[in-house]
Amino acid sequence: MIRFFSRYFGTALATLYMLACYAFIFLPVGVLVLFSFQDGRLPVPPFHGPTLVWYGRALGNDRLMAGLGNSLIVGAVSSALSVLLGFLAAYGIARYIFPGRRALQAFLVLPLAVSYLLIGMGLLVTLSAFGLSPSLEMVVVGHVVINMPLAFAIVLAQLGEHQRRMEWAARDLGASTARILLTIVVPLIAPALIAAFCLCFTLSWDEFLISFLVTRFDVTLPVVIWTMLRGGLNPQTNAVGSIIFAGSILLVATVEALLFGKRRA
Amino acid sequence: MARTLAPVVAVERSANEARAARRDRLAGAAFTLPALIWILIFFAAPLVLMAYFSFTPLSPTGGRGAIGLGNYRAFFAESAYVEALWNSVVTTAIVVVLSLLLAYPFAFAIATKVPRSWQRLALAVAILPFWTSYVVRSYAWLLALSPSGVINWTLHALGVTHHPLMLAYSPGATILGFVHFFIMLNTLTIYANLVQINPRYVLAARDLGAGAWRSFLTITLPLSIPGVMVGAFLTVVLCIGDYVTPQILGGFRELLLPQVIMMQIQRQLDLPMASTMSLLMTIVVAIVYLAMQRWLRMARL
Repeated sequence: MIRFFSRYFGTALATLYMLACYAFIFLPVGVLVLFSFQDGRLPVPPFHGPTLVWYGRALGNDRLMAGLGNSLIVGAVSSALSVLLGFLAAYGIARYIFPGRRALQAFLVLPLAVSYLLIGMGLLVTLSAFGLSPSLEMVVVGHVVINMPLAFAIVLAQLGEHQRRMEWAARDLGASTARILLTIVVPLIAPALIAAFCLCFTLSWDEFLISFLVTRFDVTLPVVIWTMLRGGLNPQTNAVGSIIFAGSILLVATVEALLFGKRRA
Repeated sequence: MARTLAPVVAVERSANEARAARRDRLAGAAFTLPALIWILIFFAAPLVLMAYFSFTPLSPTGGRGAIGLGNYRAFFAESAYVEALWNSVVTTAIVVVLSLLLAYPFAFAIATKVPRSWQRLALAVAILPFWTSYVVRSYAWLLALSPSGVINWTLHALGVTHHPLMLAYSPGATILGFVHFFIMLNTLTIYANLVQINPRYVLAARDLGAGAWRSFLTITLPLSIPGVMVGAFLTVVLCIGDYVTPQILGGFRELLLPQVIMMQIQRQLDLPMASTMSLLMTIVVAIVYLAMQRWLRMARL
């Protein structure tokens, strides 16, 4: 009886604790999204509304839209480059045996263990040493540094032995390496490539510090939001934050579906 | 016939294999080359350049001075800088301990109380807000913590407080923002470790008469230490180098090292000093890594 009670009590306690954790985790995002629909000047309680007026304002704000455009370009270009370089490197390491392979693998993922501040500082120092001016191109460069290791790791994990037979068969039939890559390897691991692209895009589109350090006039969306924060609390900032959040969730859900959807079925 | 040909075939095959091996070396290297060059030019070289910068302090006239430890000496001579480093270390330590203490039971509850088929979803939902940028997340906390924000409003409505509490712009707000983020991260690493532990160990212990607490303390907890350590290390790396959270939530009473670094860049225009500080920060992370190496290696196995 006591045992039954204590087990029941434990489960209840665990459930309560989990609910409290979820509440804590969702508190800020919930407040952010809720008050983006606020019908008033300040995004604080009590809640009036809902209204879409702040979303309209945000979409009509030229600086925000310029930042959004820049972020989309930087995200697309840097993610494409990250996936391309990461894929080639992963293929080389998974399919060929050469000295220093393990060391190379460890070296390529090294940027994952370093804070963004250090990577951004390094690029800034490089710009200054060579007398170059800050630009969006440098943001692309920085984002490839942080995202390529990730794309590399994802693709490497998906390059299994079972695809190898098909590659051998194709080679026996006289296909060139380029042809094998394009007609066999890429189609087979397409889900992993798309998932890696989406993940890189999410991280690039959320990234602030490197963008902040290496840009001046043309800036990305998180940097525009940063400058908006100086004006204090504003429902328009809530609206933009909510749009960014929704975009990220969509991409992450795509990754989840592509990489793990198969396994569940 | 077949017997006489066998050595010839073998020799030819080994020659083929040698050729294939040579081709493998070249092709394998060629495939990894673009990524390697990118990391060398845009990651390794800038770090080397930064180290060089840190050893060439700015002279009073604005030019670059002679090579030496001047910047490092200047750093430790300036109490405000040392204090910022100390604040960063203490804040990071508090964040690591708090987020692990809060995340462990959460990850444990998901791993043991949630039905298996729902665990992935429970976890995915738990880390959903993880996918917003630091800037948006910190702004969201600012909203919740502001004098007229949700938390003060609720406390007032419940009659707990009569005057709004000054929650934002304090070291406590910075810690709250960090803990929020790292609970998600640590839940992920601890959960990943917990589900790898063979459930038979605990069953065996229970069979032998150990209670729930005893089997947890002597079996589950020690076996989950690698996951805890991976989470702790990632927390240290990301927390000590973050500028956004303290800058938005922390106010200006207690500065952290990244804030001081950004001030060197933006106000003092002293890149060599900023490089020195960034490298000192990296040294702290490296020391933590060396201290935790044993467990981090275990986690990889």
